[in-house]
Amino acid sequence: MPSFTLLTQAIITGLLAGALYGLLALGLSLSWGLLRLVNLGHFAMALLSAYLTWYCGTVLGVPPWVSGPLIVAVFFAYGVGLHWVFMRFGVTEMASMLITFSIAVIVESVIQAIWTADFRRYSTPWSNDSIVIGPFFVPTLNLAACLMAALLAGATGAWLRWTYVGKALRAGAEDAPIAAAFGINHRGLSYLLSGLCAAYAAVAGIFIALIATLAPSQIWAWIGVVFAVVIIGRVGNPVGALLGGVLIGLCEAVTMAIVNPAWAPLVSFSVLIGLLLAKPKWI
Amino acid sequence: MDLMPPPWRFWAGLVLPLAAFAAVPALDIPAFYVSFLYIIFYWISLATSWTILSGYAGYWSFGHAAFFGVGVYTTATLTSKFGVPFLWTMPVAAALAAALGAFIAFVVFRVQRLKGELFALITVSVTFVISTIINNTPIDGGSGVYLMSVPLPQFLGSPDVAIYLLGLGMAALSLLAARAVLRSRLGLGLLAIHDDEDVAEVKGVPTFRYKLVAFALSSAIVGAVGAIYAIYVSYVSVDAIFDVTVIMYPVVMSIFGGSRHWLGPALGATIVTSALYAFATGPGAAIGRGAVALGLILVVLLLPQGVMPFVLRRWHAWFPRRLPAPAVPARPAAAAPERAAAPVLDCRAVRKSFGGIEALKGVTLSVQPGEILGLVGPNGSGKSTLINAITGHFPATAGAILFEGQAIESLPAHRVARLGIARTYQIPRPFDHLSVLDNVILAGRFGPAAENERDAAAEAMYWLGYTGLARHAADLPQQLNLHERKFLELARALAARPRLLLLDEVLSGLNHTEIDGALRLVRDIREQGTSIVFVEHLMRAVVALSDRVAVLNEGALIAIGTPQETMRDAEVISVYLGVAHAS
Repeated sequence: MPSFTLLTQAIITGLLAGALYGLLALGLSLSWGLLRLVNLGHFAMALLSAYLTWYCGTVLGVPPWVSGPLIVAVFFAYGVGLHWVFMRFGVTEMASMLITFSIAVIVESVIQAIWTADFRRYSTPWSNDSIVIGPFFVPTLNLAACLMAALLAGATGAWLRWTYVGKALRAGAEDAPIAAAFGINHRGLSYLLSGLCAAYAAVAGIFIALIATLAPSQIWAWIGVVFAVVIIGRVGNPVGALLGGVLIGLCEAVTMAIVNPAWAPLVSFSVLIGLLLAKPKWI
Repeated sequence: MDLMPPPWRFWAGLVLPLAAFAAVPALDIPAFYVSFLYIIFYWISLATSWTILSGYAGYWSFGHAAFFGVGVYTTATLTSKFGVPFLWTMPVAAALAAALGAFIAFVVFRVQRLKGELFALITVSVTFVISTIINNTPIDGGSGVYLMSVPLPQFLGSPDVAIYLLGLGMAALSLLAARAVLRSRLGLGLLAIHDDEDVAEVKGVPTFRYKLVAFALSSAIVGAVGAIYAIYVSYVSVDAIFDVTVIMYPVVMSIFGGSRHWLGPALGATIVTSALYAFATGPGAAIGRGAVALGLILVVLLLPQGVMPFVLRRWHAWFPRRLPAPAVPARPAAAAPERAAAPVLDCRAVRKSFGGIEALKGVTLSVQPGEILGLVGPNGSGKSTLINAITGHFPATAGAILFEGQAIESLPAHRVARLGIARTYQIPRPFDHLSVLDNVILAGRFGPAAENERDAAAEAMYWLGYTGLARHAADLPQQLNLHERKFLELARALAARPRLLLLDEVLSGLNHTEIDGALRLVRDIREQGTSIVFVEHLMRAVVALSDRVAVLNEGALIAIGTPQETMRDAEVISVYLGVAHAS
């Protein structure tokens, strides 16, 4: 059993890592829950955004607060375009998974072809900054990512819950023809939402670039974890996605501290299977 | 299933190519061709196995690499560490992969919502979970397993020939399995699940079990393919085995070939493998993978049915389908004598609530043998909820439902259907990708009589003639108009030969002549000994047909009796016409 300090530090790290999962899960949860499209390409796009941030920062010398908004805007356009393709060809839910899976593979090959499979690290003057509280360290950039996740999840949750547009989106997801009969332009709104989901992937990617080491194969490691987060947090619920992310982050960090870091990838899967066995009506 | 080719054609089609391919290694040709053929067999097995659940039933698995890996590492471990002869490890590999597949199916298919997506996600994440486990345990340990020194079976004096023949045998076995499944009740059920799982269950398809069996079979084949692959490569590592290509290629090949026919994936595998060899060999494996992914997107968007439908169209131009001759079906099997005295249906204080809304507030009614019970009530009064509770589409919250004396309120829908209850849907819900004939055959094969294919086909033709749809037998349901689709609903219900038939607004949307025809049909059905619950808004029809009429309002039964009595009931009049008219 590790010491109290070590365990507490693990919990802090887990909380912050979990918030990042939440940030990654956000766009996924929204498009699955409200558009009925499961976007397996979400992680690939997040990683692409991370590589772009890294590339702009280290090679072109453009800082993230300049490149970031640009990347987010471009990704928003990509999200709208992707949804146009889905609408144009009347793609079913399963086919959408296959297409976005292929997008993930394509993005991985593109990243590998341009930037090779080597690990990449974006070091900034603040990379090693931490807020020190007694014996504990809270890395500043991770904290910023955590705050951004909380901000986006909270704002999106409030938007869906209380605004007319948000209610219209939820109504459209529940029963599109009936919603249309009440005058809801679900088609138009779905473009907005799809763009937003891609923009969230971009935001997550920017923080990933600042925090983590990048490698193309990272895409696949995220799939299992983040989808578990989405399901645990209830599909289509942004605040749930964040809470699910924090829960999984905590469990992983504690597992790493107590058992063995190598087993962390099993945690989210086990939690998910346990949940589905105990409560098949959860999802 | 409406196609019944003579058996000689099948055996000739199987034995001749098998013999020809088996003879290849004996020919004096460059070893390259033999190994190229092996690779094609390998992908044929993987793609064909994928189709057995994912193509037929539409539950797309992204987990082929997981079962493949289980097979590879089972053989690697057993042969290298325990000295088990290779051929004995194959069944073990298949069994372990099947067990894993069955477990995943068991977990996922208990979930009611979003099953398809959940299945895809769990299968993709299980791949990475299994690879993590293998990488972190002595099974692999991160350094890979060498199998060079494993003794191999020697056919024709060379282990290479043995591997080639095993690959050929596996491909043939996969194709036979996929074909046998498609021709069986299992396959018919899986195709129906693809189109409308709820209706399939209500027609008597044990959907949960079928999906589980299909996925276990599919996984078993992949596991055995993995076992052969392990000795083919003779060095296995986690990165190479749990590769995205193993997940992706079978899906690409099946969709491209056509995943609703047993031969489609093999066709796709042959085309894709050859194309890959021609265009994407040499350096740049990453680019090649990207190109295949791009090809997959284009196939899904532009050719969602695959190339098999085109091939089949040509094939049927040469060998036209023959429709079976109609045969008069036997009357519905009579109830066991000790049950014959009981009411056919007996609902006792049936309640159903959805969250806070009580859709049924304790409904008690019974249907006597040979009776037509009219069930009326305003929209939202609980008529459809009652039908759904009786057929087992969802369980009643409280109360008892007895069919011929047997409690059915907690049985799954397919068991209820097997007992002899059939229903129609107000808005017809045919299986869109099955022909009109197959729609009716399915009802016969999964109904209480559980007929064999030949009888079900002949009787289905009879029921199509009975409902005036015989000339549409080979059409798809989309080609029918509303009136014909309603009659298809009836034909499906009749083909099950039920002892209790629940008709949900069969007359809505029909014109006068069509209504008269339908009423005649309903009387005929009763003459054959089937009891009927007749849900209808059209009072003229209810009064003309029903022996008794039950009136529901806001989830409660407010009147039951002969049509004349009920129509004079003050409460009924107030519900239908407002309070002022009641006095």
